[in-house]
Amino acid sequence: MTKHEPPIIQIKNLWKEYGDNVVLERVNLSVQAGEFVSIVGASGCGKTTFLNLLLGIEEPSQGEILLDGQPLDPEPSVERGIVFQKYSVFPHLTAVENVMLGQEFTQSAVSSCLLGRLFGTARRAAKEEAMDILEKVGLAAAADKYPSELSGGMQQRLAIAQALIRKPRILLLDEPFGALDPGIRKDMHRLTRELWTEQKLTVFMITHDLSEGFELGSRLWVFDKTRHDLQAPERFGANVTFDIPLSTGQEHHEHLAKLQAAKSHTA
Amino acid sequence: MTRLINRQPSRYSRLMLGLLPFIVLFVIYLVTSDARLAENPSDKLLPSLGSFADAIVRMGFEPSKRTGEYLLWQDTFASLQRLGIAVGLSAMIGLVIGVFNGMIPYVRSPLSPLVTALSLIPPMAILPILFITFGLGELSKVVLIVIGITPVIIRDIQLRTDALPSEQLIKAQTLGGNSWQIILRVVLPQTMPRLIDAVRLTLGSAWLFLIAAEAIAATEGLGYRIFLVRRYLAMDVILPYVFWITTLAFAMDWSLKRISILAFPWYHSAQGARND
Repeated sequence: MTKHEPPIIQIKNLWKEYGDNVVLERVNLSVQAGEFVSIVGASGCGKTTFLNLLLGIEEPSQGEILLDGQPLDPEPSVERGIVFQKYSVFPHLTAVENVMLGQEFTQSAVSSCLLGRLFGTARRAAKEEAMDILEKVGLAAAADKYPSELSGGMQQRLAIAQALIRKPRILLLDEPFGALDPGIRKDMHRLTRELWTEQKLTVFMITHDLSEGFELGSRLWVFDKTRHDLQAPERFGANVTFDIPLSTGQEHHEHLAKLQAAKSHTA
Repeated sequence: MTRLINRQPSRYSRLMLGLLPFIVLFVIYLVTSDARLAENPSDKLLPSLGSFADAIVRMGFEPSKRTGEYLLWQDTFASLQRLGIAVGLSAMIGLVIGVFNGMIPYVRSPLSPLVTALSLIPPMAILPILFITFGLGELSKVVLIVIGITPVIIRDIQLRTDALPSEQLIKAQTLGGNSWQIILRVVLPQTMPRLIDAVRLTLGSAWLFLIAAEAIAATEGLGYRIFLVRRYLAMDVILPYVFWITTLAFAMDWSLKRISILAFPWYHSAQGARND
């Protein structure tokens, strides 16, 4: 990963406000392909708004986000895969059908355009590819089960598999492991790490769990307000106050300590 | 387990307790019917079981002296045909308009207020208009039922479509689906079990409109027969007919539930044991 390559994501002077309420202000950042950005911050400091902007379900009030040098599509598209905390998978499709849906939508076959389905050889090929990915996330045995028959951790594995089938340029994770048990969470971390290195993904992950952010990320952003007006707290938006490069795993503890010190200082 | 709210009847006693009110009602009927008949053997209000049996045989298993038809089956067939066509049509219209209303703002804006307004018209009030417009034949009866229940189905499906988690729709878009594909593969299949629920809930009103229309203008049908024999105080025919209609309604409700459980296992397993 050299700095000479053009960044995959460039954020230029990004503002987002709802009426008088400024959520984000003057965000300027760039991210290289293959980085794993963990995003942390207090509730209501604009993390989710930032993710929605990346996803394309909200538009910036000012500034822009460039993907590969081009302005982002103003609606969700295949370049950006997403895994939410819940409701990411389709309850009426089995695991393998959930993963295949991506191919059924985007292949140029007539049946795909008209019915959103594939038939015959195209379907078999799609299924094979879907099974490969399910294998990778450890769900091959559960391929024919419905999401309601899967545990929370398995559902999140499925959601990741489903997001990866379109080979997105960036993968967005919105508190993906927030609802899972600690043990399962460790497994999911291992899986996420594996997939990230293996598939050379660029990942943005929102998390409430600082140590999770440090453990998984190659870079950690802290969203916080830099200016405060006690009379009108909504007048100033948040920005990335800390941008910490991580050599994954190491320096974890000292950074955590430093950050917590900084936090208690500002608070 | 001393609190009343914690005490559960066993499987056997649940069955018995469920049957109990029916048995009690039946016994009360027998006793009062006997008492009245003892006083006046030609009393028509509460006929004996024997006269019910006679009436059932006469209506269902002997050809009518006047037309040569088996009246009960002729009535049943006519009524079920009207009901089936009307409910099927309503379900189809309800599904299509409901889903499009729920998913496409440019459809919802013009249609939603119209549907709301239409659903507030009391269908019985426009029955004369239907008879004038569509004549006294089958069409006006079917149209009455359709007008009566379609707006309810549309609004229900629209609400259910709205209630789909936005995460799902966003996810489908990141998988490359266009509007049509998303409606077809994500929204429609998830609304189908809800459509069955909506149909089950509106079946009661559908029967109401059917019998009302038949009572006013028909030459056959379950509702027609009940209102015809009313003139002769023929309780021995009316009560078995009511019982038969109830049985048919129950059978429809039950089969719809079974179909839903068989066809949409994911829906019922996600809902847990709430298969009522």
